[in-house]
Amino acid sequence: MAQAHTHEEPNYMNIFWALTLLTALEIGAVYLPLGKLAIGFLLVAMAITKAALVALYFMHLKFERSTLGIIALTPMILCAFLIFMLLPDLTASGKQHTPTAKPAASESAPAH
Amino acid sequence: MNEAAVTVSHAEVEPAESPLTPESWGKLGMWVFLAGDAMSFGGLLAGYGALRASSPDWPNPMQTLGISMTAFMTFLLICSSVTMVQALSGARHGNQAKFQNYTLLTIIGGTVFLMLQAYEWGHLTHIGMTMSGNPWGAPLFSTTFYIITGFHGCHVFGGVCYLACILLTGLKGQYLGENANHVEILGLYWHFVDLVWILVFTFVYLI
Repeated sequence: MAQAHTHEEPNYMNIFWALTLLTALEIGAVYLPLGKLAIGFLLVAMAITKAALVALYFMHLKFERSTLGIIALTPMILCAFLIFMLLPDLTASGKQHTPTAKPAASESAPAH
Repeated sequence: MNEAAVTVSHAEVEPAESPLTPESWGKLGMWVFLAGDAMSFGGLLAGYGALRASSPDWPNPMQTLGISMTAFMTFLLICSSVTMVQALSGARHGNQAKFQNYTLLTIIGGTVFLMLQAYEWGHLTHIGMTMSGNPWGAPLFSTTFYIITGFHGCHVFGGVCYLACILLTGLKGQYLGENANHVEILGLYWHFVDLVWILVFTFVYLI
Protein backbone atom coordinates (compact mmCIF):
# COMPACT_ATOMS: atom_id res chain seq x y z
CA MET A 1 0.00 0.00 0.00
CA ALA A 2 1.29 3.44 -0.86
CA GLN A 3 2.24 5.98 1.77
CA ALA A 4 -0.36 8.49 2.83
CA HIS A 5 -0.52 11.82 1.07
CA THR A 6 1.18 13.84 3.80
CA HIS A 7 0.68 17.53 4.42
CA GLU A 8 0.77 19.88 7.38
CA GLU A 9 -2.48 20.16 9.30
CA PRO A 10 -4.15 23.53 8.69
CA ASN A 11 -5.10 25.66 11.68
CA TYR A 12 -8.59 24.28 12.20
CA MET A 13 -9.53 26.85 14.82
CA ASN A 14 -8.99 29.67 12.31
CA ILE A 15 -11.40 27.93 9.93
CA PHE A 16 -13.87 27.46 12.79
CA TRP A 17 -13.80 31.17 13.66
CA ALA A 18 -14.14 32.14 10.00
CA LEU A 19 -17.19 29.87 9.64
CA THR A 20 -18.74 31.21 12.86
CA LEU A 21 -18.13 34.81 11.79
CA LEU A 22 -19.63 34.18 8.35
CA THR A 23 -22.71 32.57 9.95
CA ALA A 24 -23.16 35.64 12.17
CA LEU A 25 -22.70 37.94 9.16
CA GLU A 26 -25.30 35.93 7.22
CA ILE A 27 -27.86 36.45 9.98
CA GLY A 28 -26.97 40.15 10.14
CA ALA A 29 -27.22 40.50 6.36
CA VAL A 30 -30.87 39.45 6.42
CA TYR A 31 -31.75 42.64 8.33
CA LEU A 32 -29.76 45.01 6.08
CA PRO A 33 -31.81 47.81 4.49
CA LEU A 34 -31.10 46.52 0.98
CA GLY A 35 -33.14 45.04 -1.85
CA LYS A 36 -34.08 41.35 -1.81
CA LEU A 37 -31.78 40.63 -4.74
CA ALA A 38 -28.76 42.31 -3.11
CA ILE A 39 -29.34 40.46 0.17
CA GLY A 40 -29.79 37.18 -1.72
CA PHE A 41 -26.55 37.76 -3.59
CA LEU A 42 -24.70 38.49 -0.33
CA LEU A 43 -26.13 35.39 1.36
CA VAL A 44 -25.26 33.08 -1.56
CA ALA A 45 -21.72 34.51 -1.71
CA MET A 46 -21.21 33.91 2.01
CA ALA A 47 -22.72 30.40 1.86
CA ILE A 48 -20.44 29.43 -1.04
CA THR A 49 -17.42 30.82 0.86
CA LYS A 50 -18.37 28.75 3.93
CA ALA A 51 -18.91 25.61 1.83
CA ALA A 52 -15.55 26.18 0.12
CA LEU A 53 -13.79 26.55 3.49
CA VAL A 54 -15.27 23.25 4.70
CA ALA A 55 -14.32 21.44 1.47
CA LEU A 56 -10.81 22.91 1.17
CA TYR A 57 -9.66 22.66 4.79
CA PHE A 58 -11.86 20.24 6.73
CA MET A 59 -12.14 17.81 3.81
CA HIS A 60 -8.50 18.56 2.85
CA LEU A 61 -9.37 19.15 -0.80
CA LYS A 62 -6.72 21.90 -0.90
CA PHE A 63 -4.05 19.28 -0.27
CA GLU A 64 -5.37 16.59 -2.61
CA ARG A 65 -4.59 16.00 -6.27
CA SER A 66 -6.34 18.41 -8.61
CA THR A 67 -8.20 15.56 -10.36
CA LEU A 68 -10.02 14.85 -7.10
CA GLY A 69 -11.06 18.51 -7.09
CA ILE A 70 -12.58 17.98 -10.53
CA ILE A 71 -14.64 15.07 -9.16
CA ALA A 72 -15.84 17.32 -6.33
CA LEU A 73 -16.66 20.19 -8.71
CA THR A 74 -18.58 18.05 -11.22
CA PRO A 75 -21.88 18.08 -9.26
CA MET A 76 -21.74 21.87 -8.99
CA ILE A 77 -21.26 22.23 -12.74
CA LEU A 78 -24.20 19.88 -13.34
CA CYS A 79 -26.35 21.78 -10.82
CA ALA A 80 -25.54 25.09 -12.51
CA PHE A 81 -26.51 23.48 -15.83
CA LEU A 82 -29.78 22.24 -14.28
CA ILE A 83 -30.62 25.73 -13.01
CA PHE A 84 -29.98 27.24 -16.45
CA MET A 85 -32.18 24.54 -18.00
CA LEU A 86 -34.97 25.49 -15.57
CA LEU A 87 -34.71 29.25 -16.22
CA PRO A 88 -36.86 29.37 -19.40
CA ASP A 89 -39.59 27.45 -17.58
CA LEU A 90 -39.44 29.84 -14.63
CA THR A 91 -39.62 32.88 -16.91
CA ALA A 92 -42.70 31.41 -18.62
CA SER A 93 -44.46 30.63 -15.32
CA GLY A 94 -43.55 34.10 -14.01
CA LYS A 95 -45.34 35.66 -16.98
CA GLN A 96 -48.44 33.58 -16.29
CA HIS A 97 -48.63 35.05 -12.78
CA THR A 98 -48.59 38.70 -13.91
CA PRO A 99 -51.75 40.66 -12.90
CA THR A 100 -52.71 41.23 -16.56
CA ALA A 101 -53.47 37.55 -16.98
CA LYS A 102 -56.29 37.61 -14.37
CA PRO A 103 -58.80 40.01 -16.07
CA ALA A 104 -58.62 37.93 -19.24
CA ALA A 105 -59.82 34.90 -17.28
CA SER A 106 -62.67 36.80 -15.60
CA GLU A 107 -63.83 38.30 -18.94
CA SER A 108 -64.37 34.87 -20.41
CA ALA A 109 -66.47 33.71 -17.42
CA PRO A 110 -69.83 35.47 -18.30
CA ALA A 111 -69.91 33.75 -21.71
CA HIS A 112 -71.09 30.50 -20.03
CA MET B 1 -3.77 -25.69 -10.57
CA ASN B 2 -4.39 -27.16 -7.13
CA GLU B 3 -6.11 -25.35 -4.25
CA ALA B 4 -2.90 -24.53 -2.35
CA ALA B 5 -1.36 -22.85 -5.41
CA VAL B 6 -4.46 -20.70 -5.92
CA THR B 7 -4.32 -19.53 -2.29
CA VAL B 8 -0.65 -18.56 -2.59
CA SER B 9 -1.13 -16.66 -5.84
CA HIS B 10 -4.00 -14.65 -4.36
CA ALA B 11 -1.95 -13.75 -1.29
CA GLU B 12 0.94 -12.50 -3.41
CA VAL B 13 -1.16 -10.16 -5.54
CA GLU B 14 -1.03 -6.65 -4.10
CA PRO B 15 -4.06 -4.52 -4.77
CA ALA B 16 -3.45 -1.83 -7.38
CA GLU B 17 -2.92 1.65 -6.02
CA SER B 18 -5.81 4.07 -6.23
CA PRO B 19 -4.87 6.68 -8.88
CA LEU B 20 -6.15 9.78 -7.03
CA THR B 21 -5.99 8.77 -3.38
CA PRO B 22 -2.86 6.65 -2.79
CA GLU B 23 -3.89 6.26 0.87
CA SER B 24 -6.82 3.99 0.07
CA TRP B 25 -9.46 3.03 -2.46
CA GLY B 26 -12.07 3.70 0.20
CA LYS B 27 -11.28 7.40 0.18
CA LEU B 28 -11.77 7.60 -3.59
CA GLY B 29 -14.98 5.61 -3.20
CA MET B 30 -16.27 8.06 -0.59
CA TRP B 31 -15.48 11.05 -2.80
CA VAL B 32 -17.33 9.48 -5.74
CA PHE B 33 -20.29 8.67 -3.45
CA LEU B 34 -20.32 12.24 -2.13
CA ALA B 35 -20.25 13.63 -5.68
CA GLY B 36 -23.36 11.57 -6.46
CA ASP B 37 -25.01 12.60 -3.21
CA ALA B 38 -24.23 16.25 -3.94
CA MET B 39 -26.17 15.86 -7.19
CA SER B 40 -29.19 14.60 -5.20
CA PHE B 41 -29.07 17.64 -2.93
CA GLY B 42 -28.37 19.91 -5.93
CA GLY B 43 -31.45 18.54 -7.70
CA LEU B 44 -33.59 19.07 -4.59
CA LEU B 45 -32.37 22.64 -4.09
CA ALA B 46 -32.75 23.50 -7.79
CA GLY B 47 -36.29 22.08 -7.71
CA TYR B 48 -36.98 24.11 -4.56
CA GLY B 49 -35.77 27.27 -6.29
CA ALA B 50 -37.88 26.56 -9.38
CA LEU B 51 -41.05 25.94 -7.36
CA ARG B 52 -40.45 28.99 -5.22
CA ALA B 53 -39.81 31.27 -8.20
CA SER B 54 -43.00 30.12 -9.90
CA SER B 55 -45.23 30.47 -6.79
CA PRO B 56 -46.48 34.05 -6.19
CA ASP B 57 -47.75 33.32 -2.66
CA TRP B 58 -44.58 31.71 -1.28
CA PRO B 59 -44.39 32.56 2.47
CA ASN B 60 -41.42 34.41 3.92
CA PRO B 61 -39.30 31.65 5.55
CA MET B 62 -37.71 34.09 8.00
CA GLN B 63 -41.08 35.02 9.48
CA THR B 64 -42.68 31.59 9.43
CA LEU B 65 -39.80 29.25 10.33
CA GLY B 66 -37.68 31.47 12.55
CA ILE B 67 -33.89 31.32 12.41
CA SER B 68 -32.58 31.59 15.97
CA MET B 69 -32.67 27.83 16.63
CA THR B 70 -31.50 26.87 13.13
CA ALA B 71 -28.62 29.35 13.43
CA PHE B 72 -27.62 27.48 16.59
CA MET B 73 -27.98 24.16 14.74
CA THR B 74 -25.64 25.50 12.04
CA PHE B 75 -23.14 26.51 14.71
CA LEU B 76 -23.48 23.06 16.28
CA LEU B 77 -22.62 21.29 13.01
CA ILE B 78 -19.63 23.60 12.48
CA CYS B 79 -18.45 22.68 16.01
CA SER B 80 -18.95 18.98 15.24
CA SER B 81 -16.80 19.36 12.11
CA VAL B 82 -14.01 20.76 14.29
CA THR B 83 -14.31 17.85 16.74
CA MET B 84 -14.21 15.48 13.74
CA VAL B 85 -10.92 16.89 12.45
CA GLN B 86 -9.52 16.70 15.98
CA ALA B 87 -10.55 13.02 16.16
CA LEU B 88 -8.71 12.41 12.88
CA SER B 89 -5.68 14.29 14.18
CA GLY B 90 -5.71 12.05 17.27
CA ALA B 91 -5.95 8.89 15.15
CA ARG B 92 -3.13 10.00 12.85
CA HIS B 93 -0.84 10.78 15.76
CA GLY B 94 -1.63 7.53 17.56
CA ASN B 95 -3.48 9.27 20.38
CA GLN B 96 -6.31 6.85 21.23
CA ALA B 97 -7.84 9.01 23.99
CA LYS B 98 -8.03 12.06 21.70
CA PHE B 99 -9.56 9.96 18.90
CA GLN B 100 -12.19 8.48 21.23
CA ASN B 101 -13.12 11.69 23.04
CA TYR B 102 -13.48 13.83 19.93
CA THR B 103 -15.41 11.12 18.06
CA LEU B 104 -17.78 10.91 21.04
CA LEU B 105 -18.18 14.71 21.02
CA THR B 106 -19.00 14.56 17.29
CA ILE B 107 -21.66 11.92 17.99
CA ILE B 108 -23.14 14.13 20.72
CA GLY B 109 -23.17 17.12 18.33
CA GLY B 110 -24.99 15.11 15.66
CA THR B 111 -27.48 13.69 18.16
CA VAL B 112 -28.31 17.11 19.62
CA PHE B 113 -28.78 18.41 16.04
CA LEU B 114 -31.29 15.62 15.36
CA MET B 115 -33.13 16.30 18.61
CA LEU B 116 -33.42 19.99 17.77
CA GLN B 117 -34.66 19.15 14.30
CA ALA B 118 -37.28 16.80 15.77
CA TYR B 119 -38.36 19.59 18.14
CA GLU B 120 -38.58 22.06 15.24
CA TRP B 121 -40.66 19.66 13.13
CA GLY B 122 -42.97 18.98 16.09
CA HIS B 123 -43.46 22.70 16.68
CA LEU B 124 -44.12 23.44 12.99
CA THR B 125 -46.58 20.55 12.71
CA HIS B 126 -48.35 21.81 15.83
CA ILE B 127 -48.93 25.25 14.29
CA GLY B 128 -50.40 23.70 11.14
CA MET B 129 -47.43 23.27 8.80
CA THR B 130 -47.80 19.79 7.34
CA MET B 131 -46.51 18.01 4.24
CA SER B 132 -49.68 18.93 2.36
CA GLY B 133 -50.14 22.55 3.38
CA ASN B 134 -49.57 25.46 5.73
CA PRO B 135 -51.52 28.47 7.01
CA TRP B 136 -49.38 31.07 5.21
CA GLY B 137 -49.47 30.39 1.46
CA ALA B 138 -48.19 27.97 -1.18
CA PRO B 139 -48.62 24.37 0.07
CA LEU B 140 -45.36 23.41 -1.64
CA PHE B 141 -43.53 25.63 0.85
CA SER B 142 -44.02 23.07 3.59
CA THR B 143 -43.66 20.04 1.28
CA THR B 144 -40.25 21.16 0.03
CA PHE B 145 -39.19 22.19 3.54
CA TYR B 146 -39.89 18.75 5.01
CA ILE B 147 -38.37 16.88 2.05
CA ILE B 148 -35.10 18.85 2.00
CA THR B 149 -34.57 19.06 5.77
CA GLY B 150 -35.75 15.45 6.15
CA PHE B 151 -33.33 14.20 3.49
CA HIS B 152 -30.52 16.06 5.26
CA GLY B 153 -31.68 14.75 8.65
CA CYS B 154 -31.46 11.18 7.30
CA HIS B 155 -27.86 11.91 6.34
CA VAL B 156 -27.11 13.20 9.85
CA PHE B 157 -28.69 10.07 11.34
CA GLY B 158 -26.61 7.88 9.00
CA GLY B 159 -23.53 9.88 10.01
CA VAL B 160 -24.19 9.39 13.73
CA CYS B 161 -24.55 5.61 13.16
CA TYR B 162 -21.33 5.59 11.07
CA LEU B 163 -19.50 7.55 13.82
CA ALA B 164 -20.77 5.14 16.48
CA CYS B 165 -19.60 2.12 14.42
CA ILE B 166 -16.10 3.58 13.95
CA LEU B 167 -15.88 4.53 17.65
CA LEU B 168 -16.96 1.07 18.81
CA THR B 169 -14.78 -0.88 16.37
CA GLY B 170 -11.83 1.41 17.11
CA LEU B 171 -11.87 1.05 20.90
CA LYS B 172 -8.81 -1.21 20.81
CA GLY B 173 -6.77 1.17 18.70
CA GLN B 174 -7.40 -0.38 15.26
CA TYR B 175 -7.64 3.02 13.56
CA LEU B 176 -4.44 4.61 14.83
CA GLY B 177 -1.41 5.59 12.75
CA GLU B 178 -1.40 4.03 9.29
CA ASN B 179 -5.00 2.87 9.66
CA ALA B 180 -6.29 6.39 10.29
CA ASN B 181 -7.63 6.52 6.72
CA HIS B 182 -10.82 4.85 8.04
CA VAL B 183 -11.36 7.89 10.26
CA GLU B 184 -10.50 10.23 7.38
CA ILE B 185 -13.17 8.60 5.18
CA LEU B 186 -15.70 8.97 8.01
CA GLY B 187 -14.65 12.62 8.35
CA LEU B 188 -15.24 13.24 4.64
CA TYR B 189 -18.84 12.08 5.04
CA TRP B 190 -19.43 14.13 8.19
CA HIS B 191 -17.98 17.34 6.74
CA PHE B 192 -20.15 16.86 3.65
CA VAL B 193 -23.23 16.73 5.90
CA ASP B 194 -22.07 20.01 7.47
CA LEU B 195 -21.40 21.56 4.04
CA VAL B 196 -24.88 20.67 2.77
CA TRP B 197 -26.51 22.13 5.90
CA ILE B 198 -24.67 25.41 5.30
CA LEU B 199 -26.38 25.59 1.89
CA VAL B 200 -29.77 24.39 3.18
CA PHE B 201 -29.68 26.97 5.98
CA THR B 202 -29.04 29.76 3.47
CA PHE B 203 -31.47 28.69 0.73
CA VAL B 204 -34.36 27.36 2.82
CA TYR B 205 -34.25 29.56 5.94
CA LEU B 206 -32.51 32.84 5.12
CA ILE B 207 -33.29 33.76 1.52
